[in-house]
Formats: sequence, structure tokens, C-alpha cells
Amino acid sequence: MDYATLLQILDSTLRLATPLLLACLAGLFSERSGIFDIGLEGKMLMAAMCTGAAAYLSGSVWVGVLAGIAGSMVLAAIHGLASITFRGNQLISGVALNFIASGITVLAAQSLFRQGGRTPPLSGDARFNPIELPFAESAHAIPIIGPFYAEVLSGHTILVYIGLLCVPLTWWALFRTRFGLRLRAVGENPASVDTAGVSVIRLRFAAVAITGILCGLAGAYMAAGLQAGFGKEMTAGRGYIALAALIFAKWRPWYALMATLLFGFFQALALRPDVITRLFHFSIPVPALDAMPYILTVVVLAGFVGRAIPPRAGGEPYVKER
Amino acid sequence: MTQLPRWADVVLVPLISLLLAGAISAIVIWAIGESPWQALKTMVDGAVGSAYGWGYTLYYATSFIFTGLAVTVAFHASLFNIGGEGQAQLGGLGVALVCLALPWPHWTLALPAAMIGGALFGAAWAAIPAYLQARRGSHIVITTIMFNYIAAALIIYMLVSVLKPVGQMDPATARFPAGTHLPTLHEIPGFNLIFTKQVPANVSLFVALFACWLIWILLWRTRLGYEIRAFGRSEPAAKYAGISPFRVTMYAMLISGALAGLMSINNVMGESGRLVQNSAEGAGFIGIAVALMGRNHPIGVFLAAILFGFLYQGGAELGLWTSIPIELRTVVQGLVILFTGALDHMVRMFLGQFFRPRPLGVA
Repeated sequence: MDYATLLQILDSTLRLATPLLLACLAGLFSERSGIFDIGLEGKMLMAAMCTGAAAYLSGSVWVGVLAGIAGSMVLAAIHGLASITFRGNQLISGVALNFIASGITVLAAQSLFRQGGRTPPLSGDARFNPIELPFAESAHAIPIIGPFYAEVLSGHTILVYIGLLCVPLTWWALFRTRFGLRLRAVGENPASVDTAGVSVIRLRFAAVAITGILCGLAGAYMAAGLQAGFGKEMTAGRGYIALAALIFAKWRPWYALMATLLFGFFQALALRPDVITRLFHFSIPVPALDAMPYILTVVVLAGFVGRAIPPRAGGEPYVKER
Repeated sequence: MTQLPRWADVVLVPLISLLLAGAISAIVIWAIGESPWQALKTMVDGAVGSAYGWGYTLYYATSFIFTGLAVTVAFHASLFNIGGEGQAQLGGLGVALVCLALPWPHWTLALPAAMIGGALFGAAWAAIPAYLQARRGSHIVITTIMFNYIAAALIIYMLVSVLKPVGQMDPATARFPAGTHLPTLHEIPGFNLIFTKQVPANVSLFVALFACWLIWILLWRTRLGYEIRAFGRSEPAAKYAGISPFRVTMYAMLISGALAGLMSINNVMGESGRLVQNSAEGAGFIGIAVALMGRNHPIGVFLAAILFGFLYQGGAELGLWTSIPIELRTVVQGLVILFTGALDHMVRMFLGQFFRPRPLGVA
């Protein structure tokens, strides 16, 4: 494989990893606070539809992003209500919201635009446009690093850079702020947080809201960055891959970046079966590459590559003593 | 929270959940500019208004009974098996391999063999997550979700690269031999007086009903069923009573996977006559809604499966005759799961108001 092909694949890796990264960080906040969320997929889908519709109707991508975040937040609020207020089963709530999102996005898009459940194609300001990083053109002259800078790092949409920026931000918020300390504590031992006089319910709702915002960005990126408009089931299991990445990363932000880049790399490779054939001199079936993130996650879950231990209070509703 | 009487818990809670889901669906239909009343009428007419409609409703219900029972058995061991979809697809592979292996002379021979094939493959697909849960503590919900995707990839690979006959374009197996054709309700003497037109509902309906009875026997009349239920209620108590968590987890998931795999005698063998991509069409997920709605009891599962069969056939009719997209049924399915599975405490709190013991009258 020559360097130019590698750069192409790395470029699409970064592009494909971004929605995974945003959703993965979203799940990280929720699960660190003790609320399991298998509804990342549904929230992304909902956000993608809202973004596609609002960006088309308003002609502005930023209105679309706000609508996407709002759509995702509605589902996050229902999940919070079901799992925090009414102490329901968090896994079942997540599954239910995924189904609701899968159906209602098509219903809404169809009744708004009558185009078979999609939103009309976005163009111009209704879409995220690539940003050229400074000196990208002149950097070509520098060997190896130059083309890498110009081809892989430069020329992405703003949400890719926001996604990357969210990694240190998440790390800082979780491990260097009072809020983060409490958030982690509430996921491990909510009773101790309660004893300290901090509201478990408020903390968990805050975490679920952050999940909503980040999933909203992930969905907005799907509809207005990666593609131009919403299509039925367009997230195609990315919410679950993000969930897999979260476990793979053992609920830590920097590892989440690495895991999503790895899974993004698999997705990028699956788009280029010709490269694999040339590289290994035999063809790996595309379905095998598609299944790779899931297989790796099972291997990690099985504890063969270090143990993935979830936050201790995850999945359990907190009942304050009366 | 007030303890509800048993009948209220069994009948009222699912009923009110269903009403809430129905009310929200009506609002959704109204919001997209259609008439909820007209929609309901179309659904009733199309799904239960004629024997032909019933033929489809019962066909869907057959699949949902199997997957609902699959989720039920796992639920009793307090295991949440979301992998019914993948297990059903693998079951389809098992059924297809059996059907294609021999030139079967008659369906009475082919059906038991195909049942074994489907059940074995479904159980095998559930075995790995079960083992990982029991021995290594990997969360079964996550592993079964992952196995759904791995199953989908595996089936695509098998259909495209292995099982597709030479010269065929679409990714599917060859047609099964004629001897594997299961009689539909139209072809069974006696039933053909009611079902005068060809319908997809077939003899696997009776297998499903028999499975309901068997699972009831298993759960409430056998030692293993007792162990499963005890383990599901309290793991430490079950351990103290000498019940092996490993054994119960494995058995519950193997039975669950086998039931999900058995579904394929209905859709793969009975209806399409060959294995196609995404053969289960989401029935594995509907099993979750059916089990929750049916309160994890075979009779409840049977009733809920008929209800979802109605929803599925009715939803298809909506897609045909109105401009309401067929995806409405996914929304209803999600709402039912939400209200019966996650917001059930809300419904109970609400009902508790009416069942509160009356304060003693002040004289």
C-alpha cells in the first residue's frame, strides 16, 4: 500500500470515527453517572432527522444543529424520567427509545417532505463545509508529515474538530472538576454522594442531559457533515458501535478516542476491499470487517484483553432511604 | 407505593400501558395529518376483518409466540436476551441447511428435522453470550446485542459467498425441495372452509401453541423451571439453596435461543421457502415487547403475540391504503416496550391511587 492510499484511508477513518466518538463520549457521561444507555442509536437518529429537516427548512446548518440537539434531548429526558424518576429498567427504556426513534423519524420526515421518509438533500450553508487548516497547501512540501497534515488532518468539517476537542474537555470535566468527581462518585456509590448532601437525582439528570447534547452533535454530523440529509435508519448501528467502543475504552475518554479511531478504521477499510486484497494477497470478506468492532468488543468483554469493569452502580435506580 | 391486588397487576397494568401507547400513537397519527379513527378502522378491517386478514395476523403471531417465549424464559432467570433477532436468523440458517440437505419426501419428516436444525443453531448462538455471562461476568445485554450484528454479518457472508446457487443474482439460498412445504391453513382439511384463500399462516402455528404449553410445564412444573425462577428472583438465595448459577444461566439461555431459532420454521420454511437476508424481520425484537406485555406468562405471551400480529398486519394495511408509513408499527412497538417495561412503576403509582386502603372513617 502506498502512502497516498494510506492517507486516503486515514482521512476517511477520521471522518467515520467522529460520530462514533461523539456518541461514545455521550455514553461515557451517562454510564459514569450510573445510568446505562443503550439508546445512543435512537438519540443519534432522532438528531439526524431533526438536523436534516431544520437545516433544509431554514437553510442554516446551525439551526439544524440546535434542532438536532433538541430532538436528542427529548429522548434523553424520557430516558431520564423513566430511569431516574420512575426507577424503571434502564436497558428496556433504551431499547424502547431506539424503536420509537427508528419509527418516528421516518414518520416525521415523510409527513414533512413526502420523499419516502428522507429529508431533501442539503447544500451550501445548510451543510457543514470542509475547513482548510492554515498552511495546508504549503505543508505539502514537508515530507511525510506535510501530506499527513494536509490530507488527513485538514479539510474536515467543524464537528470533526469539535469532536476531537471534546476528548480533553471530557477528561478535564471528569477528572479535574468537582462536578466530575461527584459524577464518577454517583456512578460508583450514590449513597455516599447523597450522604454528602449532593442530589443524586440532579447529578444524574445533568449527566443524561450532556449525553443528549453530545448525541445531538453526533446525529447532526451524520445528517449535515458525513452525508447531506437524513435517510431512514441512516445511523446503521453506529450507536451500538459507540457503546462497544465505550466498553472497549473501559469508560475512559482518551481510550474512547483510540477505540473509536480503531473502529472508524475498520469502517474505512470495509469501504476499500481492493486495498485489503492488494495488501494481504487474499480477500477478507467485507462482512467480516463490518463485524470486527462487535467481535472485538465481545473479546474485551470476555476479559481476554484486560477486564472491562463498568461503574459499580450502573443500571441500578437509586432509592433514598426514607 | 401501594401494593396492587394481583388481578390489577396482571390485567390492569398491561391494559393501561397499552391504552397509553395507543393514545400517544393516535396523537402521532393526528400530528402527521391523518385521522386516528380511520387508521384504526383500516387496521381492524385489514387484520381481523376477514379470514384472509386473520391468515396474516396468525402468521405474524406464530413468529412472535416463539420469540416472546424466548424472551420470557430468559426473563424468568432475570437475563435480558436482546439477541433473539440474531438467534432467529441463525435458526433460519439451521432450517435452511436441513431443508437443503436431503430431498425430503414429505413435510412430516422434514418439519421435525428442521425444528432440530433451527433450535440447535439458535441455541448455539445464545450459548456463547450465556457462557461469557456465567463464567466471565460479561453483561449478557451487551454481548447479545453484539451477537445480533455478528449474526447479520455471518448470514450475509453465508448467503453471498457460500449458499447462493451459481447464476443467481440476489443473496439467498436455493428454493427448498417441494417436500419441505408446510401446509398452510388453507391447505388443511377443515380449516380450508374458513380460510378460502391462500394465507401464509401454516402448521407451525400449532407447534407454537404446543411450545406455549411446554414452556408453562417447564417453568411451573419442573425442577429446572423452579431453579430458573428462583435464580431470577434472588441469585444469593438460589445459590444458598444449592442451585448452580452457571447451570441455570446456560439452560435458560439455551432454551431461549432454541425458541428464537424455532421461529424460522414459520417464516423461512413455511412462508418464503428459502433463506433470504434479514429473514427474521425484527420479530426477535418484538419478542421483547410480547414478553413484557404478556407479563412473562405463556398465556399472556400468546395473547400479546396475537395483538402484535394484529399490529403488524394492520400496520402493513396502513402502508397500503393510507399515507401513514408502515414504520408506525415500530413506534407502537417502542411505546408498548417503554410503558410496560420501563415506565411500569409510573402506571403502578397511578393505579395505586385507586387501590389505597381507605382511611378509617372519622366518626
